[in-house]
Amino acid sequence: MTKQVQQLDRVIIRFAGDSGDGMQLTGDRFTAETAEFGNDLSTLPNFPAEIRAPAGTLPGVSSFQLHFADHDILTPGDAPNVLVAMNPAALKANLSDLPRGADIIANSDEFTKRNLAKVGYAESPLEDESLSEWRVHSVPLTSLTVKALEEFEISKKDAERAKNMFALGLLSWLYHRPVEATIKFIESKFAKKPDIAKSNVAAFNAGWNYGETTEAFSVSYEIKPAKLAPGVYRNISGNQALAYGLIAASVQSGLPLFLGSYPITPASDILHELSKHKRFGIRTFQAEDEIAGVGAALGAAFGGALGVTTTSGPGVALKAETVGLAVTTELPLIVVDVQRAGPSTGMPTKTEQTDLLMALYGRNGESPVPVVAPSTPSDCFDIAVEAARIALKYRTPVMLLSDGYLANGSEPWKLPEIEDLPDISVEFTTEPNGEDGTYLPFKRDTETLARPWAVPGTPGLEHRIGGIEKADGTGNISYDPNNHDLMVRLRQAKIDGIDVPDLEVDDPSGSARVLVLGWGSTYGPIAAAIRRVRRSGSEVAQAHLRHLNPFPKNIGEVLKSYDKVLLPEINLGQLALLLRARFLVDIISYNRVRGLPFKAEELAGVIQDVIDSE
Amino acid sequence: MNGKGLALIPRAEGKQTLKDFKSDQEVRWCPGCGDYAILAAVQSFMPELGIKRENTVFVSGIGCSSRFPYYMNTYGFHSIHGRAPAIATGLAASRPDLSVWVITGDGDALSIGGNHLIHALRRNVNLNILLFNNRIYGLTKGQYSPTSEVGKITKSTPMGSLDRPFNPISLAIGAEAGFVARTLDSDRKHLHSVLREAAAHRGTSLVEIYQNCNIFNDGAFERMKDPATRDAITVRLEHGQPIVFADQAVRLARTGGVEVVPRESVREEEILVHDAHNPDPSLAFALSRLDEPAFTHVPIGVFRSVDRPSYDQLMSEQLEAATAKKGQGSLSDLLHGGDTWRIS
Repeated sequence: MTKQVQQLDRVIIRFAGDSGDGMQLTGDRFTAETAEFGNDLSTLPNFPAEIRAPAGTLPGVSSFQLHFADHDILTPGDAPNVLVAMNPAALKANLSDLPRGADIIANSDEFTKRNLAKVGYAESPLEDESLSEWRVHSVPLTSLTVKALEEFEISKKDAERAKNMFALGLLSWLYHRPVEATIKFIESKFAKKPDIAKSNVAAFNAGWNYGETTEAFSVSYEIKPAKLAPGVYRNISGNQALAYGLIAASVQSGLPLFLGSYPITPASDILHELSKHKRFGIRTFQAEDEIAGVGAALGAAFGGALGVTTTSGPGVALKAETVGLAVTTELPLIVVDVQRAGPSTGMPTKTEQTDLLMALYGRNGESPVPVVAPSTPSDCFDIAVEAARIALKYRTPVMLLSDGYLANGSEPWKLPEIEDLPDISVEFTTEPNGEDGTYLPFKRDTETLARPWAVPGTPGLEHRIGGIEKADGTGNISYDPNNHDLMVRLRQAKIDGIDVPDLEVDDPSGSARVLVLGWGSTYGPIAAAIRRVRRSGSEVAQAHLRHLNPFPKNIGEVLKSYDKVLLPEINLGQLALLLRARFLVDIISYNRVRGLPFKAEELAGVIQDVIDSE
Repeated sequence: MNGKGLALIPRAEGKQTLKDFKSDQEVRWCPGCGDYAILAAVQSFMPELGIKRENTVFVSGIGCSSRFPYYMNTYGFHSIHGRAPAIATGLAASRPDLSVWVITGDGDALSIGGNHLIHALRRNVNLNILLFNNRIYGLTKGQYSPTSEVGKITKSTPMGSLDRPFNPISLAIGAEAGFVARTLDSDRKHLHSVLREAAAHRGTSLVEIYQNCNIFNDGAFERMKDPATRDAITVRLEHGQPIVFADQAVRLARTGGVEVVPRESVREEEILVHDAHNPDPSLAFALSRLDEPAFTHVPIGVFRSVDRPSYDQLMSEQLEAATAKKGQGSLSDLLHGGDTWRIS
């Protein structure tokens, strides 16, 4: 039977199942195949904080969304064209996101009376008319997998567990994905359990063959590779890119990296990644708590290391006092906050942009700290190098605000040329800088206002620093009122004077009257929304902040050159508050705090409304 | 002298003196504070180590004792309340060529910083922690501390404190410390001998120093200082020596601990011989309980000194092993690792 092949320009697939069903792995593998094939892509994992919520229930549903296309794309997509539902809970939890006409591939074996009852279905939706808006492919994935693995000497449970690989095989067939790398991946993942490896490969192949032979699928789809800029690419998640950026910062600065960290969702993967790269001279220290994590990083910085701590919001709250100590001792330090939904424990696996004000102001005293934020998963690499540049050049702690969406989402990354990376090397002070051969630890560089950095082991420069106010120059304890006023102002002036690139505005015609401003992970959805609005004939400008403290020098001018400034944020208007206060601009805020990224369609509507209300 | 604890630290070229270790800062403790004696003892002790002054770092937290680093002409870091062990851990773990000393007090180490202290001890980073125990909060003007005796009347406890104190030695032994000792601010010779052994130990050394706060808790250790009482209560521990003092001796008790009995009532072989190097910490712990109820008999000296690899050494070894196995890291190889594809 020759099957019809249909060309598509883009597809959004969501794999959904129980948190034990291996949906994240399935999504990751499909992503790897898609990256290898050369589509542009963007991913959105979405999983519960519970490791194994009760099986078959709505809270236990874990999903992975992948958007891939023959052109460059900016987001993981608003609504899936295809939902793979491994059980009734996965169907029910995701159905409301599914547009009319979308495909549902449902594992009919799991639609048992008991599983249906768990999520409140009186009858199987696969058998009544309730799914008539969609194209339903009811496939007994579990029993087909078990049957395909009959010849293997493995338990029924192990056979059933391979059903995600069967599904992956089927989807790989449906979208013409290359399969070699997945087979290799399975073989190496289960290298120590050859029976499991073989059976998973067999399940994967069986899924592929099922697609080819069954009448349930009469059409398969082709999405041509995207025409991206020439270069070498790999797929990368935000957390991995951030870890690589920190390694690059260590190499480019010539300083050994010391990471002090305490495990916390969704930042732990940075600790995991860095702990793999000891041959770069990286020391990773899993501390007893968040405070010790940053304390050890600061201690290492005092000794001349590139000190880094990685955490999420609750951890930043705990680290605040030590960050203040880094501010006043003027030591370089990178504090990575992979933001998650708060307050308190909040929703650990869900994304948010709610730590901006804490990063800026969440410490006692006048305690200015530079803040940077990456725009996309791959930008996490560049922003880590930038954070290190600022920290080292100005001898200051730097807050890096990533978030759960960037951390776990992935996209193709055009690898940078090593020789294009900035030189951020540091020279430690080795000679006295005061009269009579004395060393003045707080005698500042006249241009940057940075203080010298003399590390233990340097003869003749022995000195003491600490949290008590220091006399200008000598660094000796000082309670002098005028000295304190001076030091407060000097520390502020140093941060205010950091060299930050100008804010670039994307305004093709130059005649737009509305500017959409964003920061951090909203870049993709905002840019995708802007495209839609422009395609429909309206003019709109876009600018995106990567530096939140200090702001780019031209920001006031940019804000004032548009009639209206729209600022979508996944918080209740934190950046808007700052901009209104600083620039007296009547920012129009758009805020949703649902633990999810914005949808492009949603933002396009908001932007259009602002344009139309002129 | 140069024990294992100093093996990786560069040696000073010329002879150093007490004066080399005094900073130009005016010492600002209350007149009569026990901290003066400890400072003088440490300053006069440091030259003996023969290590480069610039490779010596004093790190402290908050409290009266934590001003200490300002008075030492070495590198120093006066940090925040309770966090000195954490900060010193990062420094010592990344710089095995440094001799790192943590100066802390009973409030700093055992209240706000209790978590960092116990984890530093179990990890065995190469640190010397000097815990100045005056059994009171001094800098905040006289509230009871986690080592104050039950019923302590202070500004915050006008009817007496309710919580049972920590015994820092018992706590440290329970936290898997490899080196635990106690000494007294007023006994410079003993203080020097304990510091000598602490510095020679590679790993975390905890030295509890009884320190008199003459303003808020004067006389807390007077019975150990008064010639009329001190010999009857001070139990001097010396490795390899029978534990005897005045006309008393220490032997195993039927309860499973140790007990003080009149020397004449026991046979020589019944007297416990102190073994600081015993891998089993049980007897060291039992000895630490001799001061119960408060200050009947107070052992001083080295309770426990057991060698095991230090954290910084093990960390360095992992880095070396990873490099030996696959060579030094290459950024280009790292970025191009994994599945890549080329678009032309």
